[in-house]
Amino acid sequence: MKLMRWAIALTAIGLTPVTVGAQTPTAAAPQAAATPTAAAPAPAEIAAPGAAPVSAPAPAPAIQFAAPTPGIGIPDGRKGIQDQVTEIGRDAAAFHNGPLLWMCALISVFVLALLGFTMVKYRRGAHPVPSRTTHNTFIEVIWTVVPVLILVAIAIPSIRLISKQYSPPPADVTVKVIGNQWYWTYQYPDHGGFEIISNMLREPGEVPAGQRTRTDADGPKLLAADERLVIPVGKVVKFIITSADVIHAFSVPAFWTKMDASPGRLNETWVKVDRPGVYFGQCSELCGARHGYMPIAVEVVPEATFNAWVASKGGTPKGAAPSTEATPSTAGAGAAPVATAGSPEADRAAVAQPALNQAVETQ
Amino acid sequence: MSTIPADALALKSHDSHDAHHGADHKPGFFARWFMSTNHKDIGTLYLIFAIVAGIIGGAISGVMRAELAEPGIQILTGAWPLGAGTANFDEALHHWNVLITAHGLIMVFFMVMPAMIGGFGNWFVPLMIGAPDMAFPRMNNISFWLLVPAFMLLLGSAFVSGGTGLGAGVGWTVYAPLSTSGSQGPAVDMAIFSLHLAGASSILGAINFITTIFNMRAPGMTLHKMPLFVWSILVTVFLLLLAMPVLAGAITMLLTDRNFGTTFFDASGGGDPVLYQHLFWFFGHPEVYIMIIPGFGIVSQVIATFSRKPVFGYLGMAYAMVAIGVVGFVVWAHHMFTIGMDVNTKMYFTAATMIIAVPTGVKIFSWIATMWGGSISFETPMLWAIGFIFLFTVGGVTGVVLANGGVDNYMHDTYYVVAHFHYVLSLGAVFGLFAGFYYWFGKMSGRMYNELLGKVHFFIMFIGVNLIFFPQHFLGLDAMPRRVPDYTPAHAYWNNISTIGYMVMAVGMVVFFVNLFWSLAKGPKAPDNYWGEGATTLEWTLSSPPPFHQFETLPKID
Repeated sequence: MKLMRWAIALTAIGLTPVTVGAQTPTAAAPQAAATPTAAAPAPAEIAAPGAAPVSAPAPAPAIQFAAPTPGIGIPDGRKGIQDQVTEIGRDAAAFHNGPLLWMCALISVFVLALLGFTMVKYRRGAHPVPSRTTHNTFIEVIWTVVPVLILVAIAIPSIRLISKQYSPPPADVTVKVIGNQWYWTYQYPDHGGFEIISNMLREPGEVPAGQRTRTDADGPKLLAADERLVIPVGKVVKFIITSADVIHAFSVPAFWTKMDASPGRLNETWVKVDRPGVYFGQCSELCGARHGYMPIAVEVVPEATFNAWVASKGGTPKGAAPSTEATPSTAGAGAAPVATAGSPEADRAAVAQPALNQAVETQ
Repeated sequence: MSTIPADALALKSHDSHDAHHGADHKPGFFARWFMSTNHKDIGTLYLIFAIVAGIIGGAISGVMRAELAEPGIQILTGAWPLGAGTANFDEALHHWNVLITAHGLIMVFFMVMPAMIGGFGNWFVPLMIGAPDMAFPRMNNISFWLLVPAFMLLLGSAFVSGGTGLGAGVGWTVYAPLSTSGSQGPAVDMAIFSLHLAGASSILGAINFITTIFNMRAPGMTLHKMPLFVWSILVTVFLLLLAMPVLAGAITMLLTDRNFGTTFFDASGGGDPVLYQHLFWFFGHPEVYIMIIPGFGIVSQVIATFSRKPVFGYLGMAYAMVAIGVVGFVVWAHHMFTIGMDVNTKMYFTAATMIIAVPTGVKIFSWIATMWGGSISFETPMLWAIGFIFLFTVGGVTGVVLANGGVDNYMHDTYYVVAHFHYVLSLGAVFGLFAGFYYWFGKMSGRMYNELLGKVHFFIMFIGVNLIFFPQHFLGLDAMPRRVPDYTPAHAYWNNISTIGYMVMAVGMVVFFVNLFWSLAKGPKAPDNYWGEGATTLEWTLSSPPPFHQFETLPKID
């Protein structure tokens, strides 16, 4: 049975569209938490090179997930901005690290130097008689005009950056991101509307035996998630972001992306990531008890891998070629997800919220 | 800035003469302290209140820093007795949100504002303008006593249900829908009532100060001769008058959403959560100027006194504060850059926010120009004021970084923002408060503080607060989010340094309290003007402390 699944999966990669029935149970894994007897299926998907699937019922991996690269997409204790993997992010980081940071440093040092000089030169011991000067029009003009010029010099690239951020190219893939208390849901309307539910992975010892726990290949502590948001590299990905309850915020620092997830509101942002890998972020709006425990893990993969992953989750390929405007594919029918028995949609309908999210564990 | 009237000496003796005849006749203890109509006593009450609230708010931040000292949850699930209980991990995490909310609300509404406006404003505005008291002395008392139930309500809210545990865990910003459908139970309602009372206190106080400053200046003291501290209070209370009612409206809408079935902030009823943010920040941004502008006024007085020189560019300084106040009303959405705002809105708020740097820069350079050519001595108040000038500049430039909407996408809701506002608040406003406290301590209490302990307090605090907050810039740039009780281990190093900084600061605060109590008990008697020729405002013509009633005959200002 396992061998057959391998065969199907391999055939699926980059070739003919795969029917829903061929989807592996990994797609049902987040919902399977409601049935705790389901063994942790996901470790099989993680790319510990050469590692065999851990548990017997684990399905064959549809794609290899990347382990995090030190210093890329994860915090590493540095004093500066994380490495950026989008052009917008690079522009913004360069703007910060160049003009802005230098402005901060120079002005602070300048004021400190002026203060220090004044304190020494005009200390009472050295300068017992104070002057009565209270005006000097020239210098007052200088210290009004020069800051204005500095601000204009900052504003020009700043406004240009905003303009660029608001000028997305036509989207290749659209992903709907939904914040929940306290996990993320990702839907792929272009690909049949299948849904991924992403929970933080907890440490061994924090969850009952049998549940999946975090390994270093999944990501660092508090950042690793059981399901990653997978997007294709080099393609324009549009995120439509909303919330099912309170305000959350979807953030991926390595993409320079942050957008509030607000209930009753659809917010849009976009990325075009130029390097494959895994990139982490965290919820960035106070949303209740586990605000610090709902990370975002984005896996950026080559297009072929992306298509295979989509197929493995029960999605259908986009109707048109990937480089055109993102219209719902005829096969996908962007709005209504196809709910067949055993599909993620049906499982999701059966389980209101995965128990993993609401499980209250004592330390 | 006014000069000492030529007949000041005559005035003084006239006052002392009056002192024998009832100008110093004080009511009995209960009437004096619980039914006061004396601006000096009410100012003292406000300062004591602010110190107590500051201890509580500071202790809360100590618990927060203790939790954040190392990765993992240690304190929240330990033997922490305050309400939450540790049986349930979610309750423990909720308790973190309650701590950060309480810390913010206490420091803003019950420490900085009461100390700056209620404390120093009440004490010194009437003295500096040559007035016998405030325009509405009894309403002044109401303003103070409203804060007591307000504070009780906030503290009490921590002991009743607020959602996933006890207390209001919504942040000082109280965003809907976390604060409406996301927080079941009376805690958030109590917090809302607390803000109602505190807001009413401020609005009444604003009415009082505006009327006093416009109507009760001594003959000859035109607006353009008022001390800059009075100007700072005038600008501040106009901001209060105009901004506080908007907060009142916003939190009342929260209250009705929570309890009376309205849906102002609920999309399913036709409302919008973003509306709350607009209303809150329309108040919230002027609020941060309300907190700092009196500090600007104090720094002006202190720098002038210890440089023995009038403040450079008086009109520029006064109208820079006015400009900051006015422009501060049209920049609020820079707190909301990630809500999904349209491109033109984002560009506008970026540009408008950057404009505020101009009048602020005018002030920084004017203070330095005041010192330039002066004859500077470095007593404790001057150390705090000089520290303010440098550290507020550091906080200000990170504010300019955040003003850029396209850049703010990265820093929003990270520790970079926390570092920015603590630099301008804990290293700005609080330094201003300590400058004022040491400057006027002798005048208020009649006793001199110990200068050595004062300097030790300054240096230890300076090191401590910089250790706490400078590394938080690094944490923010490395993407550590705000309002989280735990962090990924990569952030451990700077968090640990930040907590060590807290402990250093705490030692400094012990030195402060030792100085405070020792000086009150045993400090040498303070003369009328213990700072010398540099102290030229009217309070220095009075005894230390001033008589219970002063200026019953108005001074004449030339």
